[in-house]
Amino acid sequence: MKVAVVGAGPAGVRAVEQLVRAGLEPTWLEESPDGGGRIYQRPPAGFRRGYRAIYGADAGRARRLHATLEALKPRCDWRPDTLVWNIRTRERLLDTQTAGRRRDTLAYDALILCTGAMDRILPIPGWTLPGVTTLGGAQIALKAQGVGIGARPVFIGTGPLLVLAALQYAKAGAPPALVLDTTSFLTKAMAAAGLLWNLPTFLRGLRYTAALRMKGVAVAEDATPIAIEGEGKVMALRWRDSGWREHVTPCDAVAMGWGLKPEAQLADLAGVPFRFDATGHNWLPERDAAGRTPVPGVYLAGDGAGIGGAEVAELAGARAALALLEDHALPADLALRAHLDGRLRTEARFRAALERAFPYPAHLARRMEDATLLCRCEAITAGELRAVARYGGSEANRAKALSRVGMGRCQGRVCGPPAAEVLAAALGVPVEQVGRLRGQPPVKPIPLPGAA
Amino acid sequence: MLTRLLDQNRRPLTFVVDEEEITAKQGDTLLTAMLAAGLGHVRHSEFGDGDRAGFCWMGACQDCWVIVEGRGTSRACTTLVEPGMRVLRR
Repeated sequence: MKVAVVGAGPAGVRAVEQLVRAGLEPTWLEESPDGGGRIYQRPPAGFRRGYRAIYGADAGRARRLHATLEALKPRCDWRPDTLVWNIRTRERLLDTQTAGRRRDTLAYDALILCTGAMDRILPIPGWTLPGVTTLGGAQIALKAQGVGIGARPVFIGTGPLLVLAALQYAKAGAPPALVLDTTSFLTKAMAAAGLLWNLPTFLRGLRYTAALRMKGVAVAEDATPIAIEGEGKVMALRWRDSGWREHVTPCDAVAMGWGLKPEAQLADLAGVPFRFDATGHNWLPERDAAGRTPVPGVYLAGDGAGIGGAEVAELAGARAALALLEDHALPADLALRAHLDGRLRTEARFRAALERAFPYPAHLARRMEDATLLCRCEAITAGELRAVARYGGSEANRAKALSRVGMGRCQGRVCGPPAAEVLAAALGVPVEQVGRLRGQPPVKPIPLPGAA
Repeated sequence: MLTRLLDQNRRPLTFVVDEEEITAKQGDTLLTAMLAAGLGHVRHSEFGDGDRAGFCWMGACQDCWVIVEGRGTSRACTTLVEPGMRVLRR
């Protein structure tokens, strides 16, 4: 049987591990030159820092994952630096591109997609200036390159990554000038009971926030970013505190992120239906608790299937592989299955509380100023999107055709969620009613055949 | 501005951006090397709204495209610098 696994982050590694255990030799496709995913991304050759210095409290987990990754590579058809840019679901074919040029087509009987996630963004004036990155980007810069996005950055957004990334910068010698959390303390406190479903992680979060304040970093909760100021580079963040007082904080870089959104474009091309998850405020590909989708032969795991974090991704990757094995009458570890199901149930409760504790500030997206650049690829403003709403752009893909919002090089990965909010507000409908941008092949830009 | 903070004791190497020789370190991505050298940006927006210097650092946003001689359009955030590499900013 031909099994393909897309992605070699925590979910992909644990999925391949179970497939190999069952005697299969899957084809394993990873877009990056190296496995590990974004959370456990390794620096390239030449860097010397140890696991403790790079991954902190997650050092043990990172070390184990990398060890498994290396042990698995020779036991499967390992294809790094390989982008899966299309899925032809009826023929069960993957179109791939390796090292930026070599094309291939791969047949599969079963497919596990572990495609990960990226930051969810809220555009504000100045967000396209050099020096502004995603929170995940700021973290990768430090982890995989040993650089800070600035010497005196500001971190804005909400969620566990906001505080963690800020603390990592403070420890690395680039103390943030401000950590701006759009969520109020009350919102977080109300979700506290649910957060007890993963007590160690909850306590770790509290410890990080305390450590940040101990280091003298200013943390503003229930605050609103107004604009990033500067000419050709970041000079300051203008913002409002919870008492509606305006401040200007000088800084040389800004990292922004409001939780994560699944990179689910391949699931979309595979024909998996999507539903709007009101708790996480994300469109998610449909799957059961084990990772089976309504499309025969297609399984999903990790953040690409729904945000759960790296720890859950490992569990879900193994679980999806077991589901695949069972569905094809291959030997699957039943004791492990029971263990994983229990853990995944508990973690789902924790995640739901986490999403409630750190909501996407849809209200800020909805009242984005007309002049704010919404789509950074095509340089389209919120006002231009609102204008097409009046001319029949009542659905995300229709509005994209009329306004070009989401039609650029990132294909709506970045502007999709805020654009949906702007459109929904202009039409006066709930955000799920405007739908979501459909995935299109190629899922990322690829060179034309024959072109240089 | 992008600042080198940790693990920067790596072998130096040189490459060329827009005819200008730039010193980088082994293991730098093009994005790191160009911004740490003080270039300030890696591309201009096609729509005249200013310079860009990437955004996501993970190959998703496509806002750090540069032209690498012999390879064509490449993402600066996922391309490692090699000695003698020639890069054009657009």
